[in-house]
Amino acid sequence: MVKKAVRSLKYVYLGLMVFFLYIPIIYLIVYSFNDFTVGRRVAYANLGKWKGFTLQNYANLFSGEAGSSLLLTLEIAAISSIIATVIGTAAAIGIYAMKKRTRNLILNVSELPMVNPDLVTGITFMMLFAFVNSVLVKLGLKQVGDIPKLLIAHISFSIPYVIFSVMPRLRQSSDMLYEAAMDLGCSPLQALFKAVIPDIMPGITSGFIMALTMSLDDFVVSYFVSDLKSVLSVYIYSSARGAKGVNPALATVIFIPLVTLLLIVNLRRISKEREYEIQSKKVKLKDKGGNL
Amino acid sequence: MKRRVFAYPYVVWMILFIVIPMLFIFYYAVNVNGQFTLTKFIATLKDAGKWKVLWASVVMAFKTTLICLLLAYPIAYILSNMKKSVAGFISVLFFVPMWMNFVLRTYAWQAILEYLLPDLKKFLGLEGSVLMVLVYDFLPFMIMPLYNTLSKLDKSLLEASRDLGANSAVTFFRVVLPLSVPGIVSGITMVFIPAITAFTVPALIGNGMYHLYGNEIELAFKTLSGQGDYAVGSTLSIILLISVLVSTLIMNHFDKDQQQGGQLW
Amino acid sequence: MLKKLLAVALAVIMIAALAACGKKTEEEADYSFADGDQYEYIGGTLNILNWGEYIDEELISIFEEETGVKVTYVEMTSNEEMLIKLRAADCVYDLCFPSDYIIEQLIANDLLLPLDYSKIPNAKNIQPRVMKIAEGFDPGNKYSLPYFWGTVGILYNTKLVDEPVDSWDILWNEKYAGQIWQYDSVRDAIGISLIRLGYDINTRNPDEVNAAKDELIKQIPLLKGRGTDDIRTNMINEQAALAVIYSGDAYECCDSNNDLAYVVPKEGSNVWFDNVVIPKTAKNVEAAHAFINFINDANLAARNTEYCFYSTPNQGALDLLDEDFTSNEIFNPTDETLARCAVFHDLGDFVEVFNRAWDEYVSATGVH
Repeated sequence: MVKKAVRSLKYVYLGLMVFFLYIPIIYLIVYSFNDFTVGRRVAYANLGKWKGFTLQNYANLFSGEAGSSLLLTLEIAAISSIIATVIGTAAAIGIYAMKKRTRNLILNVSELPMVNPDLVTGITFMMLFAFVNSVLVKLGLKQVGDIPKLLIAHISFSIPYVIFSVMPRLRQSSDMLYEAAMDLGCSPLQALFKAVIPDIMPGITSGFIMALTMSLDDFVVSYFVSDLKSVLSVYIYSSARGAKGVNPALATVIFIPLVTLLLIVNLRRISKEREYEIQSKKVKLKDKGGNL
Repeated sequence: MKRRVFAYPYVVWMILFIVIPMLFIFYYAVNVNGQFTLTKFIATLKDAGKWKVLWASVVMAFKTTLICLLLAYPIAYILSNMKKSVAGFISVLFFVPMWMNFVLRTYAWQAILEYLLPDLKKFLGLEGSVLMVLVYDFLPFMIMPLYNTLSKLDKSLLEASRDLGANSAVTFFRVVLPLSVPGIVSGITMVFIPAITAFTVPALIGNGMYHLYGNEIELAFKTLSGQGDYAVGSTLSIILLISVLVSTLIMNHFDKDQQQGGQLW
Repeated sequence: MLKKLLAVALAVIMIAALAACGKKTEEEADYSFADGDQYEYIGGTLNILNWGEYIDEELISIFEEETGVKVTYVEMTSNEEMLIKLRAADCVYDLCFPSDYIIEQLIANDLLLPLDYSKIPNAKNIQPRVMKIAEGFDPGNKYSLPYFWGTVGILYNTKLVDEPVDSWDILWNEKYAGQIWQYDSVRDAIGISLIRLGYDINTRNPDEVNAAKDELIKQIPLLKGRGTDDIRTNMINEQAALAVIYSGDAYECCDSNNDLAYVVPKEGSNVWFDNVVIPKTAKNVEAAHAFINFINDANLAARNTEYCFYSTPNQGALDLLDEDFTSNEIFNPTDETLARCAVFHDLGDFVEVFNRAWDEYVSATGVH
């Protein structure tokens, strides 16, 4: 009886915590169907005053700044994480082959962007680009635009995550792989692509996912770096402080695909595990039968 | 071709975009209008108001971390004792919000506290409201490492402890808790440092009335127009950078399982 | 099963979105813009830096269609933010709409391009009296053309405030603790505090500035918050009783909620002018001039004014606007009101004293 009460208490606690995490998401999704028009303006800032049901917010989403900032975010995340993965993986392989002292020096410096508060990273990039652009202007050249600036910043803070995901894999993989492949007549690049990389693929994948996540989730660095184009989080921050507010339909278009994707991945895993469980039970039964 | 050649592009990148940008804060801290001067740097270091704000931010970050830990530990513990498949499913529920833009979620809280639950906001006050939303934002970051550590815990140790006559409370405090220290440490690192510099939450939830260290730096760089304000902001960043490095050093000291990286920090 | 459910849910949302696309509300076009030959193709891009909700965005679309220029529109919430952006060596903006004292400083720093009036024939629509006032900060109207103007005052909710509101003192009245919005801008907030103490808003006396700052710090416990554009929604939805606000925003709020009223206090206030300027670093000067001319077309300016609710200096627009609009006192302040208002001026290096005072005040808001 007590055990049962404790168990249900556990579920109540988990349920409450899950609910806490989803309150704002539910709130936004509900209000994404609210009519926000006031005269000729659309005042999303009225997030809390129910005026009537409409689907207009979803139509506005793709024509307005919200849509373009969402696209820019995806674009920057995709490109920066791919480049970061390539540079980071190569770096990990190279650093691994270095002498201990050089290796530690490089790894320590690489840890800086991970330890460094985003705020400081953002400011350093702002200053760097302001300086570079002022030199370019003096020379009469074209300035570095927002997209290259965002890409450079995002790649820079993502690479260390790739390196530190790939390194442990390299440690597990055989040291001799590369040399062996070369001895067997591979060119260095062939040795890399045919022997080393397949062996460390799981590390590369998780590094890529980390890089992607860091880029998608970034606000602070982009906030300090960009002038004209805003990624999603910067758009949200500046509109939230302004009069217009943020189109809550954004929450739905991010949330639904995300949950779908994660659930599919997870359900697949669960069904696999269950299959495995059933099969192992069958095996056990057979064993028991054999004993009989 | 030696394998280390593969690292060269990164080394160049690292020098250009990690090392050199860092030097800029030191350069701008002692440079006003292209002239070397220590006046702004020293004036900022002497400014008691800034230290007060830094202290308030550290206290706030400490509270956030503590509450996150107290809320997250039971979650991770319960999950780690569940059937793997069910726990996997529920843990996804906890991590999904992490992938949704946190600025958007914070923005929603602003409206919720203003319109849906004004009494809650009155009850919590501005400081309490900021704290709650900070806890909200960082909770998954605490659950994740705790869950990772606890679910990898060798269950036979618990059985052994019970077999040796320990009750469940003793088992928890003498076996489970000590073994989960690495998870606790990395959870604290993932929450405490970002919480010190959080400026979005105070800006959106605090009605411009709750001012933390991150907002102080934002103010110097983004809204004060004086010629010397870059120097002020840079000096504030240096103070922040040093405090963060020191606290990371201390954390690493506790986290003996650390294998990656070097020994410097 | 779950997968299917989710697929269905996704499909429903997609269809809903598509349906919504087709159902765009019909706009009533009061001010027609028929003259298609007036604007030549220019092309390129135009980067505009402006205040939040400070232009009818449909005007931008029309401009893009007429001239083939791709407009990027960035919003700011304070004059100081604009100044930082315009002063940066890597400034990317072609057009900006700062206020009087900022323009004075930009001119002093030689950061603006002189306007080529031959490319702005519609400049003739601007009232000569406003042009004359603008000469106070831009002699000869060489670098800037007035866009909107207005006053700073108190917006209050008549249901929540039953006494007459005519003085800045009410913002320091403990009766309204937790129900007051202060403006998050250096010159405005310190300016109000200076006026209340009987000092000049352009004072160069550090003691007066510090006294004003101390008063602001005293006010902190009474505030609901400090904001800019976000104050509007909060007041319309009756979440606070009193707020410092610009007249155009006040007009919009009073229009949306009849219980709100606006007053320019008896001690005096600030009258401000937001002018359009072209930074020296502008890349598309041609398009910048075309845009200035475009927004000063009488029909378009009238339409823009109805959207922004701010007082337009454009006589052509005023002639077209409805009587309700032009006779409103918030929109069209009496000479009496204007007589007690002063324009902000650039403080030169003294701005440092204001900034330090502001820095201290803002830090004080964080440590309660």
